[in-house]
Amino acid sequence: MVALDTRSSAAPTQTPRDDRPREATPQAQPQINVSTVERGVSVASGALLAILGLKRRSLGGLIIAGLGGALLKRGVTGHCEMYESLGLNTAQEGDEQSEPRDRAAKRGVQIERSFLIDRSPEDLYGFWRKFDNLPQIMTHLKEVRVIDDRRSHWVASAPAIAGGSVEWDAQITDDEPNSRIAWRSLPGSTVDSSGEVRFTRALGDRGTQVTVSLKYVPPGGRLGHWTAKLFGEAADQQIQEDLRRVKRQMETGEIPTTEGQPRGTCTGSGKRERN
Amino acid sequence: MKALTWCAPHKVKVEDVPDPKIINKRDAIIRVTSTCICGSDLHLYDGFIPFMKPGDILGHEPMGIVEELGPDVDKGRIAVGDRVVVPFPIGCGKCFFCKRELWSCCDNSNPKAYIAEKAFGFSPAGLFGYSHLTGGYAGGQAQFLRVPFADVNLQKMPSDLHDHQVVFLSDIFPTGYMAAEQCNIQKDDTVAVWGCGPVGQFTIRSAMLLGAGKVIAIDDESYVPQRLQMARDAGATTIDIHDEYVFDRLRDMTGGIGPDVCIDAVGMESHGYSPDSFYDKVKTMALMETDRPHVLRQAIHCCRKGGTLSIPGVYGGLGDKIPLGAMMNKGLTIKTGQTHVHRYIPKLLDHIRKGDIDPSFVVTNRMPLSKAPEAYEMFQERRDGCIKVVLDPAA
Repeated sequence: MVALDTRSSAAPTQTPRDDRPREATPQAQPQINVSTVERGVSVASGALLAILGLKRRSLGGLIIAGLGGALLKRGVTGHCEMYESLGLNTAQEGDEQSEPRDRAAKRGVQIERSFLIDRSPEDLYGFWRKFDNLPQIMTHLKEVRVIDDRRSHWVASAPAIAGGSVEWDAQITDDEPNSRIAWRSLPGSTVDSSGEVRFTRALGDRGTQVTVSLKYVPPGGRLGHWTAKLFGEAADQQIQEDLRRVKRQMETGEIPTTEGQPRGTCTGSGKRERN
Repeated sequence: MKALTWCAPHKVKVEDVPDPKIINKRDAIIRVTSTCICGSDLHLYDGFIPFMKPGDILGHEPMGIVEELGPDVDKGRIAVGDRVVVPFPIGCGKCFFCKRELWSCCDNSNPKAYIAEKAFGFSPAGLFGYSHLTGGYAGGQAQFLRVPFADVNLQKMPSDLHDHQVVFLSDIFPTGYMAAEQCNIQKDDTVAVWGCGPVGQFTIRSAMLLGAGKVIAIDDESYVPQRLQMARDAGATTIDIHDEYVFDRLRDMTGGIGPDVCIDAVGMESHGYSPDSFYDKVKTMALMETDRPHVLRQAIHCCRKGGTLSIPGVYGGLGDKIPLGAMMNKGLTIKTGQTHVHRYIPKLLDHIRKGDIDPSFVVTNRMPLSKAPEAYEMFQERRDGCIKVVLDPAA
């Protein structure tokens, strides 16, 4: 596996590349310690909260409006008291001098998920290596088209980000039969990613431990990743669910479901009114 | 078909819903001939189990006749026309857990495992008619039922035994049996059973089948007098929590050392007359606690040093003030679990055939499915000595 360092940062923001705030700021003004993207988010959400709060015309509303005002100020001035007291500075984090790949790695997301599947490494490798098998089982993969022995085109669904789906061309970088497949995306893909799947024979008669490691830079950077998470579309959940489906298909020959079973239409008028 | 659906806490209804269809290739459809209301259905009825949705079909103790089989069902094991009992947990027969006979822990049968994983770390098996936490499968209080992985889940029954003798193999007989069996009962052991509802009744009789020296049954005589009477009929000594101090009585009945085995067949909705049960009542009403573990606390307190505590009673979430100090310092062994029903059926069917036990003793009411809402109300209030209701979907 390619060991890129993706330390998690306390602030879920994209790192800026353009402004050098420290030199441009006169000494009398508070130091800018919030990144450009985050300032935009801060202004937008602050304004929204202020409007919603004022519309309420109540003490609670006033408090919400006050909070909105504080966020607005933070966004406009680019200075955050809380960051200062915590010693954080998201305006500074991106270093223009560093290699583009390092920057990508810092903004990237690393995921590893493992499932114990009661089949042999040979069966599982064989299933996985036919990449066009995968979308039949993995609901989050829309399509995989094999181009040649090493290259393939992938389309994954991502409703919360990037207008519904992300696509990339992948090239196999390592292929050890019955044990490991590694790949990376080719230049020109909407998602910059690399990953591998390992098939390790488990202890005793427990089958095979299948581990997927994936590194990628989501559209919108870390912010995009957290947005996706909020909408329940985080890639780690998708991989967990897709791997679970592979396990179920390979162990039982089908994927349990309740879709299509009968249910009633009655609604609540018990103690708790429900609809 | 007609089916009983959950609408809201304290409201269930018999509705016309579409007939179930074969969805997966190892599915079967059965025509239900008898289906019971379980004490744990009352946890759903009372709104104590989260992740219920209006319109969910309840019921997890059904039996019936196989009507239709999916193309991949092993026809050597099950055929159309077979008379079958359906265990309440759904196994796949292929995973790590099913292979080790831990059927209620099946790794593959819960389609909504991610919900249970958030609550429990790992997901237990899918269950029929028991909330979306365990899969949201349509339940068996209906005229027809779809059963996944039919060749491992459907349990064939001989035709010479009537429904009331075998239908409880779906849940409460194996549940009572496992509660006792997992305690490694010795012939000089005293077994104390809290709760003399249907599971408690089978626990008492199973402890005797397993050779316990003495069985003590604990319940509230002022609440449902028929239950303690049923326990006495089985040969148990009884304690009435309304009039007696449970700890003092158990200590005195065991020569001062406490019962070797304590079994909590009550679960999350226990009630009692001590300050801690009042505390639980207040906290659960304020939504600061989900389970009321009064019986669990008492069982831990009463159990002899080095004894075994077994919990067949259902718990769903979080309980407060569990006496961990007593549990640890007395060196108790704790055994729990949803029942691995499939594991016990052959042995228990054998006991029934040999006449060691006739499970139909527990039935107090047989009612048509169309009257199920009244049956729930009656069972919930334990009206007219109601202990166990069997519903007839054909009536």
